[in-house]
Amino acid sequence: MMFNLKTDRSQYPQPGPDGKLEIDLETGKYLKLWQGPNHPGITGNMSVELTVCGDEVVAGKTHVGYLHRGFEKLMERRSFIQVFPIVCRVCVPEPDFNEYCYAAAVEELAGIKVPELANWMRTLILEMGRFNSYMMFLGGISGALGLGVVGQWMTYVRDLMLDRFEELTGARIYHMFILPGGVRGHLPDGFAGRMEEVLRTAEKYLADVEKVMFRNAVYKRRTKGIGVIDPKLFEPYGVTGPNARAGGVAKDLRKDAPYLVYNELDFEVQTGKDSDIHTRVDVRYRDIHQSIALIRQILQKMPKDGPVMAKIPNVLHWQIPRGETYIKGESSRGEYGYYLVTDGSGYPRRINVRGPSYTHAMALLEHLIPGTNISDVAQLMVSLHTYPPEIER
Amino acid sequence: MSLRDVLSPYTAWKHLFEAPVTIKDPIGREAAERYRGFHQNDLSKCIGCGSCEDICQNAAIDMVPVSDPKTGDSGLRPMIDYGRCCWCALCVDVCMTGSLTMSNEYTWVDSDPDAFRFTPGVDLKSWDAEEKGYKRENNERRLTGTHRPEMGMLEPEARIASFGEIVHGYTRAEAVIEADRCVECGLCVATCPAHMDIPDYIRKVREGDYEGGLKLLYETNPFSQTCGRVCTHACETACAAVHEGDAIAIRWLKRDITDNVPRERYFDLISKPDVPETGKKVAIVGAGPGGLTTAFDLARAGNEVVVFEALPKPGGMMRYGIPEYRLPYDVLDHEISVIEKMGVDIRCNQRIGTDITLDQLKKDHDAVVLSLGLNQGRSTRVPGSEEAESAIDLLRRITAGDKVPVPKQVAIIGGGNVAMDIARSMARLQRQKHGEVGVTVTALEDFDHFLADDEEVEEAREEGCVIYDARGPQEIVVKSGKVAGLRTWKCKAIFDAEGRFAPKYDASDEMVHPAQMVVEAIGQSADISLLGAELTEKLEWNRGRIRIDQNGRTSEPWLWAAGDLVSGPDVIHAVADGHRVAKSVSAMLQATRETH
Repeated sequence: MMFNLKTDRSQYPQPGPDGKLEIDLETGKYLKLWQGPNHPGITGNMSVELTVCGDEVVAGKTHVGYLHRGFEKLMERRSFIQVFPIVCRVCVPEPDFNEYCYAAAVEELAGIKVPELANWMRTLILEMGRFNSYMMFLGGISGALGLGVVGQWMTYVRDLMLDRFEELTGARIYHMFILPGGVRGHLPDGFAGRMEEVLRTAEKYLADVEKVMFRNAVYKRRTKGIGVIDPKLFEPYGVTGPNARAGGVAKDLRKDAPYLVYNELDFEVQTGKDSDIHTRVDVRYRDIHQSIALIRQILQKMPKDGPVMAKIPNVLHWQIPRGETYIKGESSRGEYGYYLVTDGSGYPRRINVRGPSYTHAMALLEHLIPGTNISDVAQLMVSLHTYPPEIER
Repeated sequence: MSLRDVLSPYTAWKHLFEAPVTIKDPIGREAAERYRGFHQNDLSKCIGCGSCEDICQNAAIDMVPVSDPKTGDSGLRPMIDYGRCCWCALCVDVCMTGSLTMSNEYTWVDSDPDAFRFTPGVDLKSWDAEEKGYKRENNERRLTGTHRPEMGMLEPEARIASFGEIVHGYTRAEAVIEADRCVECGLCVATCPAHMDIPDYIRKVREGDYEGGLKLLYETNPFSQTCGRVCTHACETACAAVHEGDAIAIRWLKRDITDNVPRERYFDLISKPDVPETGKKVAIVGAGPGGLTTAFDLARAGNEVVVFEALPKPGGMMRYGIPEYRLPYDVLDHEISVIEKMGVDIRCNQRIGTDITLDQLKKDHDAVVLSLGLNQGRSTRVPGSEEAESAIDLLRRITAGDKVPVPKQVAIIGGGNVAMDIARSMARLQRQKHGEVGVTVTALEDFDHFLADDEEVEEAREEGCVIYDARGPQEIVVKSGKVAGLRTWKCKAIFDAEGRFAPKYDASDEMVHPAQMVVEAIGQSADISLLGAELTEKLEWNRGRIRIDQNGRTSEPWLWAAGDLVSGPDVIHAVADGHRVAKSVSAMLQATRETH
């Protein structure tokens, strides 16, 4: 049995011979309940239309569209350099992946070789972004379970990392630092030392999280064995990243298709077995520690000097030859990719963003919801670690 | 489940007495050193090129007029709407002068939404002098190219051996790189006397559409081949790219277009428009760039145009003043043949005043245009100057193939481009005759205020010419009726306190430059004897030049003037004059057609 169902199910609707539920709202047995789009137990602006019977959800439908900004279309009317400030906005909590994927796609099609130091800086930024994304996740999952204090701690730690982002890139949220051709600048003086302070503080707080969350009886009760994703669903539902790794799939693009400088770094793919909420959080928790280790490694191994920008054509009338490419990488949520088509003009013909949240938050969640308790919907949803801005684009 | 799992969460209480991490008053928190906050614009640098407006994908930047623009700039400055700005700083990265930067100031509270739309630098703000904030790393402009490809040229040894053209012209790859650097701000268009469509024809180079480019060139300049080689290129001094690196090589890109269209194609691309004949006749005196541009325009408008030229071949100063190594004669011949194809009748060896009178021209034509070059050399009038040669006269004789004396040592008086032209021409002749160069140039100006182009000076030196700056001629030394040298004094100042020409010399610093020929290259004037006493008296004058109205018309209603006679002296001003006069003449002819 996948879910903690009550033993006496006589009051609950019985599936017909075809396995489908006949839900007749007129009977008064069922209640329609909207969770979202503005709800503390929801990840961003999306909503789930629940049909409940008692406190059990019998059907759930995901609704998106609250955050559609039309970025992909917008980008078709922007020159290649003008797309650069837009892409980071596709995904608010982990914007750097967009910057990297877009820049790498443009560089490939335009035949630009990025200086080595720029690749190290990009890797550093992506790991800092991953760390921050996980901070939001930990705060989110603990919040969904009523552990508000963890959210406060994580916000604080994330803010410290944002300080490092600010001094490195010149901005806290939308960094706009990874330009096609390289990155905008070198590390500020003394950056590594200040970063080390942040990482130590993070480790201290993470140790507290371990005690408050992972060694918490209530947390265990509410996450173990709940929201299990059958590994058989990984393939058809396009499940990637920690969601799949928690089900024993040791897939990580940083290892499987190394990009930037990942093949020069030592790290392991974090996996789990049970595929439930608890394991998914645990895998991410270990991934955070790995990101911390990676940041340290990068700062230690990266070249101390060198150019960070390749020579690029005049961006005001930059035309890129006809071509198409797909650039992917392992974001904190799974496979993140940019499909870019160029037609020889000064504008992208098509940009398509492949965000892992699209599959995880819509189809997969809809599949997982029936049979859960209303109070578990929030943590189930958050445990998939999805970001609506990246679904909507 | 263990007792530890129940108690463990309570360890969170250890943070209970810690100070809060949140900032009570975030307004005023200082941002990081390279934070992208509110913009600053250094108005002493900003030229209003609008590249910031072009790159802004949010249309947050509007170029708005300011009351006190600098000369040569657009008179516009970026106004930023912070309701649209996304703080990407691409405007800072692309800024052509480095004037636009960002402070690290980011907190600002105001109840008036319009307060967040202002022009940095013009509307003064508290962060204008803030040094922290986003700047381009090492102040490098990395989004557009900063340096032009080096132009291929003959080596000094090879070029001194003949009058062959020195400059090779760009290869296709070089031309594309150079054309790619242009940001299409158009400041050059305003600066060019003929207002050529520079950004548009540069785009044609980029796109490889040379025939389209040639058509564009001819819309504003029938001497594009010539200007592509010898233009004084004021456009390049106004170019936005000149502030951080090299100006776009506008002149060479123009040449690139003209060189890449096969000559026979010119006659298809620059065809005469299908306009009815007007039956009007216009006489033009002088087949230089001014006269021939007027002729080109008037002929294309359906008028019968006759150009009278005193010398054996058309081209004026372009042919008889500019040495062949800078402007090959076949280029000029081809250029003029395109003009002739428009139906222009060029009659050479017809000196007005001698072969035919101006009165006769007036009688036989509906309008007369004077386009005389500055073909008389000025004299220093120092002792012995009657023995000196005139640079412009020598250049004409060299072009005409006349025999000119080529002594082993030549001294030139003058520091302008004509001085360089005659110095380098004589150097070539000396090399051919004596196997070595013996040219000394003495200029009144010091090198900080030199008149000749830097490249001319450099190339002349490479070719073996010796150049002395700040030397004033005192005497042309004549011994036994022959020139023996040039005596000069150190020049301490050229102008007096009122700015009048009054050179002061240091007699103790004397030099005698041995020379068997001294050439004066200190300026030219027009030979206006053809006007005759009566007309000279009737015409209005302005400091030795014929007074003309804004359309190039003289005080006599039938007579217009163009070219070096009234402006310049250079080709592009003459071309601009030609257009202006042609337009005015056309308007007059149209008016007479309608009234008669």
